[in-house]
Amino acid sequence: MSKILEIKNLKKNYHTIQKETCAVKDFSMELEEGEFVAIVGPSGCGKSTILSILSGLEEKSSGTISYGDKKIGYMLQTDALFEWLTILENCLLGLRIKKELTEEKKDYVISLLKKYGLGDFLDSYPNHLSGGMRQRVALIRTLATKPDILLADEPFSALDYQSRLTISEDVFRILKEEKKSLILVTHDIAEAVSMGNRVIVLTKRPAMIKKEYEIVLEHPSTPIENRKDKAFSYYYEEIWKEIDHE
Amino acid sequence: MSKEQQKFLKETKRKKYLILFLQFFLLFFFLCLWQISSSLGWINSFIFSSPGKVIQTMITLFKEGSLLHHIGITLFETLLSFFLSSLLGILIATILWWWDICAKVLDPYFTVLNSLPKVALGPMILIWFGANMKSIIFMAMLISLIISILNIYQGFKKVDSEKIKLMKTFYAKKWQIWRYLILPSNASTIIATSKLNISMCFIGVIMGEFLVSKEGIGYLIMYGSQVFNLNLVISGIVLLSFLATALYASILLLEKLSIRRRD
Repeated sequence: MSKILEIKNLKKNYHTIQKETCAVKDFSMELEEGEFVAIVGPSGCGKSTILSILSGLEEKSSGTISYGDKKIGYMLQTDALFEWLTILENCLLGLRIKKELTEEKKDYVISLLKKYGLGDFLDSYPNHLSGGMRQRVALIRTLATKPDILLADEPFSALDYQSRLTISEDVFRILKEEKKSLILVTHDIAEAVSMGNRVIVLTKRPAMIKKEYEIVLEHPSTPIENRKDKAFSYYYEEIWKEIDHE
Repeated sequence: MSKEQQKFLKETKRKKYLILFLQFFLLFFFLCLWQISSSLGWINSFIFSSPGKVIQTMITLFKEGSLLHHIGITLFETLLSFFLSSLLGILIATILWWWDICAKVLDPYFTVLNSLPKVALGPMILIWFGANMKSIIFMAMLISLIISILNIYQGFKKVDSEKIKLMKTFYAKKWQIWRYLILPSNASTIIATSKLNISMCFIGVIMGEFLVSKEGIGYLIMYGSQVFNLNLVISGIVLLSFLATALYASILLLEKLSIRRRD
C-alpha cells in the first residue's frame, strides 16, 4: 500500500477579540491507500478543525499537508440535501459547481444511486426519503466527484441509534467497494473501533495526538459484526481510558 | 368508507357551505340595509350614496369608456412598480449579502427609512418628477422597496450554514453559492415578500394618484371628493377592493404553482 496523504506539524489558531485560542497543535499523521482512520477525542477538542483544514474550508496557521494529485471529498454532519432539487440533481451538485458535468459522469452517478438502493428515487425530492436514505444520498453526492480520500465529520450524529448502525454499515460497505480511503472524526468510540483500521486519540484542546491504536480484530468484518469481535471490547476500554473526561 | 367517516365528511361539508352562505348573507344584508336606509331617507343619500347609485355611476363610467381606462392605468402602475421593486429588492438584498460590510454600514439608514412615513415625501416627489406617472411609480417603490429589501436580505442570511459549508467543500465560488443555494432556497421568502409587496405598491400607487390627480382610480376618488360626488368616491373604493383582491389572489396562485412544482 502506498501513502496518499501526509500531515506534518499542523497548527491552527483561532482569533477572537478577547484572545487567541490554539485549536490544533503539532498534529501529524499519514494515510495509506484504502485505509480507514478514525479520530476520536473529547468534544470541542478541535477534531473537526483538522478536517476543515484538509478540505480547504479553513486556513492552517502552520505545518504542511501533502496529498499529491489525490482528490478529497467531504461528508458533513448533516446530509444538507437541497429540498428543491431531486435526488439525482442533489448528487450532481458537486459536478455542476466544478463544471465537470458530462453525460458519462451523470451515468456514473445514476449507476451509484441504483447500486445502493436509490434507483427508484432519482426524481424524488429529499423530503420523501428516510434519514438513512438521505445520508446515503449525501454520500453518493460526495462520491460523484470521484474523490480518493473521504473526510467524514461525525457523519451520522444527526441520526437515531438504529439508523446510525445501519448507515455506518452502508457507508463502510460502499467505501470499501469503491476502494476509497477514509478519515472519520467521531466522538463515538464504538463507531471508531468498528470502522477504523487505526484510531487516533486526541487530547483536550488544543488537540494533540495522545495515542494511536492499530485495530487488529480476530475476524475483521463489517462495523456491526466487528462490534461482536472479541478484541472489540479491549480496544473500547483502552480508548475510553485514554480520552480525557471532564 | 365507514359510516363514521361518511358522517364526518358530511358534517365538514355542511360547515363549509354554512360559512360560505353566511359570508354572502352578510354582504347581502349590508347592501340591503344600505339601500333601504338611503331610499327611506334614514341616511342622507347625498353623503352616503347607495348601492343602486354606485352601480349606476359605474355603468355611466363604463359607457363613457373611462372606467376601464382608469382601472387599466392603476393596474399598470401597480404591476410596474411591483416588478421594479421586486427586482430591485432582490438585487439590493444580493448586494448586501455579497458585501457584508455594505449591510452593516447601511443598517441604520434602512432603519430610519423603514420607519419614516413615506407619504411625507409626497410633495417633494411631486416637485422633483412633476405631476405624471413617474411620481406615482416612485412613490409606490419608495413604500414597498425598503421592506422588500429587508425581508429578502433576512432570508438570504438565514440560509443553513451547513449547506453553505457543503458548497464550499465543492470549492463553489460566491456567485455559485448565490445561484445554486441562496436564491433557490429563498423562493418561498421571495413569494411571501411579493404578497406584502403587491399590497404596498397598491397603497403607494393610490397615494401617488391622490397627489398627481390626473388619472387612475385614486384620481377618481380624489376628483369625486372635490366635486362632492360621493357616488363616484364610493364607486372608486368598491373598484379598489375588487382590484386588491384580484392582485392578492394572483400572487396566491403563483405561490401554489411554485409549491406544486416541488412536491
